[in-house]
Amino acid sequence: MKRLNWKGALLRPQFAALAAVLFINWLLFPGFFDITWQDGRLFGSVIDVLNRGAPVAILAIGMTAVIATKGVDLSVGAVMAIAGAVAAVMVTSGSPAIVAVAAALAVGLLCGLWNGVLVTYLEIQPIIATLVLMVAGRGLAQLVTEGSIVTFSDPVLIFIGTGAFLGMPMPVVIAVCLMLLATLAVRRTALGLLIEAVGVNRSAARFAGISSGVLLLVVYTFCGFCAATAGLIVAGDIRGADANNAGLWLELDAILAVVIGGTSLLGGRFSIPMSVVGALIIQAMNTGILISGFSPEFNLVVKSGVIILILVLQSPLVSQWVSARTTALPVRGPKRKPL
Amino acid sequence: MNIIKKFALVAGMGALLSSAAYADGLQGKVIGFSQIGSESGWRAAETSVTKAEAAELGIDLKFADAQQKQENQIKAIRGFIAQGVDAILIAPVVATGWDEVLTEAKEANIPVVLLDRGVDAPEDLYLTSVASDQVKEGAVAGQWLISTVGDKPCKVVEIEGTVGSSPAINRKKGFDEAVAAVPTITIVRSQTGEFTRSKGKEVMEGFIKAENGGKDICAVYAHNDDMAVGAIQAIKDAGLKPGTDILVVSIDSVPDIFSAMVAGEANASVELTPNMAGPAFAALDAYLNNGTIPPKFIITESKLYTPADDPQGEYDRRKGLGY
Repeated sequence: MKRLNWKGALLRPQFAALAAVLFINWLLFPGFFDITWQDGRLFGSVIDVLNRGAPVAILAIGMTAVIATKGVDLSVGAVMAIAGAVAAVMVTSGSPAIVAVAAALAVGLLCGLWNGVLVTYLEIQPIIATLVLMVAGRGLAQLVTEGSIVTFSDPVLIFIGTGAFLGMPMPVVIAVCLMLLATLAVRRTALGLLIEAVGVNRSAARFAGISSGVLLLVVYTFCGFCAATAGLIVAGDIRGADANNAGLWLELDAILAVVIGGTSLLGGRFSIPMSVVGALIIQAMNTGILISGFSPEFNLVVKSGVIILILVLQSPLVSQWVSARTTALPVRGPKRKPL
Repeated sequence: MNIIKKFALVAGMGALLSSAAYADGLQGKVIGFSQIGSESGWRAAETSVTKAEAAELGIDLKFADAQQKQENQIKAIRGFIAQGVDAILIAPVVATGWDEVLTEAKEANIPVVLLDRGVDAPEDLYLTSVASDQVKEGAVAGQWLISTVGDKPCKVVEIEGTVGSSPAINRKKGFDEAVAAVPTITIVRSQTGEFTRSKGKEVMEGFIKAENGGKDICAVYAHNDDMAVGAIQAIKDAGLKPGTDILVVSIDSVPDIFSAMVAGEANASVELTPNMAGPAFAALDAYLNNGTIPPKFIITESKLYTPADDPQGEYDRRKGLGY
């Protein structure tokens, strides 16, 4: 196993982008990095970035694995809504919270398995296969909640969304744990290598003896599990399941986070922690816009401008140009061959 | 002046004719209702209130759910015309593209009443439209704030609806214009919460951080109750008391805002009544039985609810409506 090159890792454009966004936030609002202790938890804008970024980060963890297999899962937002709806309806009808949480996660696993079966055994293209659940899933969630926002007062569910552990908000704790577990699972075992192999060339991987079908099932099911976890968090956060809006368009934020994190949509090489950094960049931008005092008409323009900038910085053309200019620094990756 | 006279005339005629009109009433009339779908809790409440009103008046209501698609609405309306219904109610999903099907209804002599949203079509193609005045809703909320804080300085944060949507534009306009008249009340921040609880909460968290931990904020105005409910949670998380430290005023009057009022965490909500069908049926009654042409735009009342208005009772009344 290769040692992690921390210096090299921290020089990646994603960290530079995150630092830049945070710095701009600080310029716009000097109290941005202030953190205080309030009611047994940390309280401040940076904590908000982590806390609000957690659901997308969790989605991005599952999405990274799927995208690494050259797939995509558009249904994660809808699965969030379903999981939240199931948990909320169960606790309001008297089930214990543990059972409701387990049921919501199980439903997430099932949704993921459904996607996996469509992709693996029916060989439907992932974007279409998961589109089915993206559209139908929200309808399912509305069926479960009967169209209204189901509010609950169950302390366990509320704790998942708004509680704190050692001063950190629960969503952050959950996201960090999931990130560490997933990263260990793919990097300390051969799993990551197998996923990359399937992503680069599924047939070749199969000929090399990898049971790519099972692997794809596992990856999509894991993505469904992540989505259900995120769904529980957003439901707990507002103490209610909002089937119309929970997770709406978050699949796009999750895909964006993965892409910003440097994982290619064409499959292959991937990095779960970098996808989480991607999610944090998106959220740092959202929080920055909220506290900056810009008029809301500019929100999307500012966001798209920053994202284009980040993607340009990461593009092969710019990195080649940078490496050509900074010959003093050790160059990572292939050098451009002289013509 | 002219319009007021017309209104007065219609109102007077309505009052004179009401006893006679209700003798025939709409008993046994067949009325088609093309509803948008179940996009929100308010929409579900509108559907159930319409059905209840129709049942009370003895109307045979043909209900069609369009699942947020205009083509389904047009199909449903053509179906109503083919069945030869006595009248049609439409809650139009979009403003454009209605001319043709409305002309077909007009040629079949079936009066059409638009509910809660307008259309871009010649006015002679429909009998009347029943809707709330969204600018006035914002103004009522603003007036409440002015009368509550008096001449004390007050920094207000505003949580807007979805950018570009007509309720967001109009509710902002009404409120901003009302409080602009009082120099001590200033709107210090305004951002979109997209009409959802979670965005409302997130936006309020940001506002609290940006305004000295929330200590500088005197009131929050949210364009709908759901965002206010989210904001209330953000205020509580920041260690402040919603309703006392920060006043909470919003629009819609959904059940959950009344439970917040019971808990002392919300101060005022302007009602967007789900009963658009009541005035529509009254207008149809007068038209079908007496030939009375109603005014082109019937504006529903924007009633203000505060904790003094029996919030528990209001909650119980609304809970079963499907909000």
